[in-house]
Amino acid sequence: MMQQLIIYPLLFQLFLSIVLMFFWNKINAQKVISITGSIIAVLLSSYVFYYVWENGTQKVNAGSWDAPFGIVFVADTLAVTLVLLTALSGLAVSIFSAGSVIKDRLRFGYFPIFHFLLLGLTGAFLTGDLFNLYVWFEIIIISSFVLITIGGEKAQLEGAVKYFTLNILASTIFLTAIAVLYGLTGSLNMADLAGKVAAVENRGLVEVAAILFLIGFGTKASIFPLYFWLPASYHTPPAAVSAIFGGLLTKVGVYALIRVFTLIFVGDVFLGEILMVLAILTIFSGGVGALVQNNVRKVFSYLIICHIGYMIAGLGMFTEIAISGVIFYLIHDIMVKTNLFMVSGIIFKIKSSNSMRALGGFYANYPNLSLLIFIPLFSLVGIPPLSGFWPKISLIGEGFATENYWTVAAIVFASFITLVIIAKLWAEVFWKDAKEIPEKPKFEYFSDISKAKKTQFILPIVFLSLISLYIGFGAEHIQLLSSRIANELMNSEQYIDTVLNNS
Amino acid sequence: MEILLAILVGLLYASGIYMILRRSLVKLIIGIILLGNGANLLIFLLGRITKGLPPIIPENSKVFLEAYADPVPQALILTAIVISFGLQSFAIILVKRAHKVVRTDDLDEMNATDEDS
Repeated sequence: MMQQLIIYPLLFQLFLSIVLMFFWNKINAQKVISITGSIIAVLLSSYVFYYVWENGTQKVNAGSWDAPFGIVFVADTLAVTLVLLTALSGLAVSIFSAGSVIKDRLRFGYFPIFHFLLLGLTGAFLTGDLFNLYVWFEIIIISSFVLITIGGEKAQLEGAVKYFTLNILASTIFLTAIAVLYGLTGSLNMADLAGKVAAVENRGLVEVAAILFLIGFGTKASIFPLYFWLPASYHTPPAAVSAIFGGLLTKVGVYALIRVFTLIFVGDVFLGEILMVLAILTIFSGGVGALVQNNVRKVFSYLIICHIGYMIAGLGMFTEIAISGVIFYLIHDIMVKTNLFMVSGIIFKIKSSNSMRALGGFYANYPNLSLLIFIPLFSLVGIPPLSGFWPKISLIGEGFATENYWTVAAIVFASFITLVIIAKLWAEVFWKDAKEIPEKPKFEYFSDISKAKKTQFILPIVFLSLISLYIGFGAEHIQLLSSRIANELMNSEQYIDTVLNNS
Repeated sequence: MEILLAILVGLLYASGIYMILRRSLVKLIIGIILLGNGANLLIFLLGRITKGLPPIIPENSKVFLEAYADPVPQALILTAIVISFGLQSFAIILVKRAHKVVRTDDLDEMNATDEDS
């Protein structure tokens, strides 16, 4: 029983989506099952996290095929942390979906597909096999295609065409990279590859494979110049869908980049420089893009891109402290971005618009709600002691230590421009006098809905804001966690030993 | 044989990317299909082509006695084909719906998502 513990979060999501399919037309039953299931998933993931924290890296050989011949699932601290964060965002978005997604969408299997998406994410974090990672990515993208198109509005379908094309292209490039790497080494197990890639004599082809991985994962993580699909599609589906996409889908690309470039292609100076340049350009293009947007959700979409740049920059520096900054930022970013898209949903529900020019008067009309929304917004900016502040210390400090002054400048610029954008948003949406927005017929406004539904809107935002506050005020715990993860990533021998030791 | 396959893979990638760069929605799908096939053939090619030597250990031996055809790439291709089959059928339906709603086949006219709203 205990040996298979680490794949229980994965199996549980699969079980949940299958159970949900039996209640295809009973939406209320689906809501109850999804929310209860998500709570159980959080408890389960917390236990797995605790177990790995106490006992170190765990692995499971699927079908008892010894590594490196079979597929392995590996739970190191990074993987279980991300599984836990997936479960937490999953719970918040599940509650939020129950309140905010309209019946016409829920009738077409919204909840089963949602849990398939979480299954794919959990699998991608836990697997130790490169081709298996590809399969989990495909599960993620096929579920996300359904979620992004469900409802079939014009903007949604147009956004979906762009999202679809670039994600499938990224997957094909990822597959090509796997083919090249398999041709060179004859292995797919990531721990096994770590040793074999280092021994390959044809360094040129190894570099080609590394660049193909960078392009494939980079498209998914939306780094410069591969990000154009993101702002074209993330504002089109319902806010709940954007929330899970914004929180987790780009981060799984970042996770894959971290995994591949700390385990398989280690210490490549050329790649480090490419990553650094791309990070700076990502930060600038995302920040400037966000500055000129008017739609609240598009602003958040560009901010995702901007902040992906931080993580890529830290990965490019490739020192232990920088990596720990990246991990800290990743943890903070998943929570905040999920929260912000839900905030955009609640803004839309209240005013039936997401245009900053048209909105206004939130602080006068909803003072308590505004104060609540203040937490994720200014956590994102990173005003001390809120959560976005701490990882930047590590990143900027390491930027100076490794003499990457351009990166330091980019990070400072990004922090500043995020502050400007959020201040602008705060002034436009919350402080400015309320404007008359023509009422939409057939639109159910926030003031019309029942108290239970209002709770389903507010509760997940409160929940994630509390976690953000904890990340900010309990920074020493998160710092301890991210230092441990960074240590594991930089000293990958332990990971490799655990995977390849079959006794 | 390897040379021939290598050229074929190159052609499939090139034509796939060319098709994706066209503006028509249908050509986009064709491009994705061609690219997918190119990637599958590439895995097959890079798994080394060994003719007529199945990976079966002789009865009176415990190890392989000679070079054998690697079965893993074929398993990988099989998985990739099934996945791309699902994705392509989804893509065709998506494009049909998009065409019906947006009333155009031209990707350049699909810019409602870039409008300022």
